[in-house]
Amino acid sequence: MPIRTSRFVAIAVASALANFAFSQAPASPHLARNLAAQCANCHGTNGKSVAEVPSLAGQPASLLVQKMKDYRDGKLPASIMHQLAKGYSDEQMALMADYFSRQPK
Amino acid sequence: MNTINRRDFAKSVGALSLVSAAGITGCASIGGAAKPKVVVVGGGYGGATAAKYIAMWSEGKIDVTLVERDAQFVSCPLSNLVLGGSKSIGDISVAYGGLAKYGVKQIKGEATGFDATKKTLSLADGTTLAYDRLILSPGIDFMLESLPGLASAAARNKVLAAWKAGPETVALRNQLVAMKDGGVYAIHIPKAPYRCPPGPYERACQVAWYFQQAKPKSKVIILDANEDVTSKKGLFTKAWNGQFKGLVEYRNNQEIQDVDANTNTLKMTFGEDFKADVLNVLPPMRAGNIATQNGLNNANNRWCQIDWLTYESTAVPNVHILGDALQIAPAMPKSGHMANQHGKVCAAAVVALLTGDVVNATPMVANTCYSFIDDKNVVHVSSVHRYDVAQKTMVTVAGAGGLSAEQNALEGVYANSWAKNIWADMLT
Ligand code: HEC
Repeated sequence: MPIRTSRFVAIAVASALANFAFSQAPASPHLARNLAAQCANCHGTNGKSVAEVPSLAGQPASLLVQKMKDYRDGKLPASIMHQLAKGYSDEQMALMADYFSRQPK
Repeated sequence: MNTINRRDFAKSVGALSLVSAAGITGCASIGGAAKPKVVVVGGGYGGATAAKYIAMWSEGKIDVTLVERDAQFVSCPLSNLVLGGSKSIGDISVAYGGLAKYGVKQIKGEATGFDATKKTLSLADGTTLAYDRLILSPGIDFMLESLPGLASAAARNKVLAAWKAGPETVALRNQLVAMKDGGVYAIHIPKAPYRCPPGPYERACQVAWYFQQAKPKSKVIILDANEDVTSKKGLFTKAWNGQFKGLVEYRNNQEIQDVDANTNTLKMTFGEDFKADVLNVLPPMRAGNIATQNGLNNANNRWCQIDWLTYESTAVPNVHILGDALQIAPAMPKSGHMANQHGKVCAAAVVALLTGDVVNATPMVANTCYSFIDDKNVVHVSSVHRYDVAQKTMVTVAGAGGLSAEQNALEGVYANSWAKNIWADMLT
């Protein structure tokens, strides 16, 4: 599974890079970190929650991606994640999930 | 200080030469690479977040100083619950000092101005602080010139705004507690844009909830200068026509000319004067004083325009601005959640600029505003925003975001959880 995850991310990064090449701007090496920082308001800095909303830190990337997609597709009940998940592409979900999976629990 | 290998040293000098010639002269005098300096003004949702994230993400390569006048952070979000009585001011306050472990130096003081050429910030006590990048998160100040009756501090202590959480929040709560049963509390809302679009309507709910228990013959009257409820309209009106029926009255298009604080009276633009037992006026707002007094308010003379990739002012180089003071992008509210998100995009950009890295060309931010209807039930509005290269501004991601279907207690739990996590995200 770790191999699959990192290949998944490699593809996501490559495709993000391709998008940048298209728009002729070099890609920031911190895309995953920057995207994931948007989630910290509710899930805690680097995904480590100090309250009721679940931590994302240290969860397997594949599980995080699956949940995001299920929220987006209405397959998992949610109070808010169904609305937020629709804001991100598959590539962005993969980048964020990989970042959170590497953070200490 | 960390040992610096030659390559890192060369890299940081190279980066400095791009941004700060002064940095290089500085480094010779102390016999090592002088760290680039960032000074942040304002320890609220935007500024404290930026300070923490620059220190954290630069891993000590940038010297970060946070200037804040207050001894502790008091949250505007959730402060309406102090008016309702289900929370105390202590519940929404957090001590400063938690950022020291990231290396952030904090100075308690009032920033008064800056010299954009010398790149120094001055404080009221005469201190000057040198910066390579200055970040201002000045919040809002009131356009009191439009309401002469509120010119004096005495008038503003009687007819309160309580739109910056702290002593005024407690004072307004005391006015409500002292009011007789059968009295009228009225809140006047200025034309948008103003800080926290759903805030006044949440406040009306909180006061109604308090009256329902303690003074059931009393009334809440919302006098809105806007044509209609500006946020979460369906959800708020449902509460006013449901559990608060007979307690809350909403009136639109209520523009005022002035306020008479002695008699608690609003001078209406159209129609008769309006008098309340407890009068709560939110004056029209603009970017905080340090921004407007230093030429940064280049949108309608009121709000600050920035480059959405870096949050650098379009008026003054090397000065970045965050939070409610900004001329917003379409559908982007002036909220604490949003300011926290600004802080992170700005932090990433400033770290990149000062360390010779690539600035992210596709930043995103997301917003969520939770509003409490009573002590437990909550409604939210959310949105996701991305940078649009062609328009050079933030646009909403189509299909994302939305509202709660109805008020519910689960989101009451999540709203309190949100507060704990965002306060920790900015302050510890
Ligand atoms: C406004 C608060 C908020 C923000 C911002 C937010 N989340 Fe969530 N998240 C929640 C809540 C609340 C839940 C529980 C499900 C629900 O009710 O929506 C949740 C659940 C999740 C879960 C399931 C966790 C588990 O262990 O079951 C994932 C994955 C997740 N969020 C990912 C993200 C990502 C990625 C982001 C950033 C793009 C994000 N969230 C931003 C509030 C938030």
